[in-house]
Amino acid sequence: MEAIIFYILALAIVVFSVMTVTSRNILRAAIYLLFVLMATAAIYFMLNYNFLAAVQLTVYSGGVVVLIVFAVLLTARMDHKLEKVGTGKTLISALLAFSGLSIVLWTIYGYKFIPNGMAEGAYDVKAIGFSMLSYGNYGYVLPFEVISVLLLASMIGAIMIAKRYTK
Amino acid sequence: MIEGIGVTDFLVVSTIMFFVGMYGFIVRKNLITILMSVELVLNSVNINFVAFNKYLYPDLLQGYMISLFVIGIAAAEAAVAIAIILNVYRKLQGIDVEHINTMKH
Repeated sequence: MEAIIFYILALAIVVFSVMTVTSRNILRAAIYLLFVLMATAAIYFMLNYNFLAAVQLTVYSGGVVVLIVFAVLLTARMDHKLEKVGTGKTLISALLAFSGLSIVLWTIYGYKFIPNGMAEGAYDVKAIGFSMLSYGNYGYVLPFEVISVLLLASMIGAIMIAKRYTK
Repeated sequence: MIEGIGVTDFLVVSTIMFFVGMYGFIVRKNLITILMSVELVLNSVNINFVAFNKYLYPDLLQGYMISLFVIGIAAAEAAVAIAIILNVYRKLQGIDVEHINTMKH
């Protein structure tokens, strides 16, 4: 039963990501991207990674997609259609992507993945919080601090770049 | 873990998503659609991290934490990219990549 749900979600991810890059209506492409991100969050829920799925839903499908929709509405009209891509360019890009895809799939199917056989650890928010602020083994305090500085810098940078300068 | 689903199935899904994102990155000319393709690529990499964490090293939290950081960086990157896109639109009245060549010479 769970396998069937996984296959449905995988099919939704593949179909909607193809529609994201081929749709000629840019607003529709943003909505297909939203569906892809929500199906990914559903897969995280199926794996019992509840906090990660919640972060994915709020930050990605809540924040980033809304930001993209705002940018679309600020830079294009509602009925704006993207121009058709030439056949030659489509063919070459599809060939390139498909050759890369086949190489990676060949590698994946040729490799035998061996689990380390340990019991599952704790995935609750408490364990994540302790791990995020600890500086021992498997502690992540350095990336945590770096990403906090990065977020501050990108916030100030975005405001400064998008600001309208009047002379 | 999901019954009957191995780590390979996750990798296949994320690989397809990655290369669809690459295709969009090459084909599209609008800056916002290129940004959406980049988001697809980042999301597929996240699925990889989560699958490796859950199936190969279930006692650790490494893939989980890296996915959280990737999500944060993707959000920061989207904010800065959209600020740049808005500025480009204001200056050039268009956001197609072939118009943006004023810094070329």
